[in-house]
Amino acid sequence: MKNNLRIKKCITLFLTFMKIGAFTFGGGYAMIPLIQRETVEHHHWVTDSDILDLLAIAEATPGVIAVNSATFIGYRVAGFFGALVATLGVVLPSFVTISILSLFIMQYKQIKWLTWVFDGIRAGVVVLIVNAVIKIKHQCAKDKFNSIIMILAFSAAAFINMDVILILIAAAAAGVVRQMLLLKKVSKGGGDGNV
Amino acid sequence: MFDLLLFTTFFKIGLFTIGGGYAMIPMIQQSVLAHGWMTVTDMIDFIAISESTPGPFAVNIATFIGMTRGGISGALAATLGVVLPSFIIILLIARFFLKFQDNTWVKAVLTGVRPAVVGLIASAALSIFVVNIFHGVSLEGLLASHTLPAVNWRGLIIVAAILVIARWKPKLHPIFLILISGALGVVLHLALPFLN
Repeated sequence: MKNNLRIKKCITLFLTFMKIGAFTFGGGYAMIPLIQRETVEHHHWVTDSDILDLLAIAEATPGVIAVNSATFIGYRVAGFFGALVATLGVVLPSFVTISILSLFIMQYKQIKWLTWVFDGIRAGVVVLIVNAVIKIKHQCAKDKFNSIIMILAFSAAAFINMDVILILIAAAAAGVVRQMLLLKKVSKGGGDGNV
Repeated sequence: MFDLLLFTTFFKIGLFTIGGGYAMIPMIQQSVLAHGWMTVTDMIDFIAISESTPGPFAVNIATFIGMTRGGISGALAATLGVVLPSFIIILLIARFFLKFQDNTWVKAVLTGVRPAVVGLIASAALSIFVVNIFHGVSLEGLLASHTLPAVNWRGLIIVAAILVIARWKPKLHPIFLILISGALGVVLHLALPFLN
């Protein structure tokens, strides 16, 4: 009974990530809106805040973001086999498409209307990414700390091309410092008897 | 034996590139050119083609080189190689994460990192927007240039249209919006061929 449920879950994971893999054009970030819709809103496997943690991990670790996401969510949902089938699912559409295309790849480039289709998709995907960011952003409370970190990280990445890892390390340090200040305040408040 | 070389080469690429996606291109280029598996022109062409095929770039190029150099077994070896490092590392982290996510200091790190990730993704979206709207001019190039580069009006119209549709029907699945974007790309090319 329990095993059956797990197998069912793994099949759904596989199919979901195959769908995500098949409809992602133009790199890992284009995958975020699909992952958010499918795994948070549709299947309720993870929350928006899990997606944020996952993206932090994916940015800070080696490898392909799509694979990182599939492995992470698959593991959360159904353990090792969940991770395995989700990863297989997300890679399979690329693998099949490219294997077939490699036989006549240079002709593919010359199909005009196909390039028009993908010109359109590349433009539209920007809106999808922005929408997904707005949804995920609601996970961060509207306070000064979060707003400042958001703006600083955005500016550092967009305008001075700072290394992503450095930005994440600085943000992590800011989080730790904030926690230390909070603890200090609490212990001080407790000692004085008035907060 | 050749499959093994494909596997180890792409395993290294998967292991040593942080950030994913286009951050992987320099590393891929270096090792692929060093082995003589592709020329620079082929590589540039393939980047363009990869934009128009589903899935992550790193997986696409691994499969392509594997397939053209070593057939199906080569494609399997190269793809497995590029995926495996992510898979192993994330499995380890996911286990660690489940255990320690309630720890005060892990939580503290996350409170800092979460808003930063929102900022990072927003910046990625801005870069993608600029590259599309200014015909391939990067955000860096745009900031450095003194004149406004040529605008991709068709792209701009599509961005506006998808924005309106997504506001109007927020429940619409992103896949539909992707299909609508593609259709608009064709329609606008046919209807407004004079636009750049």
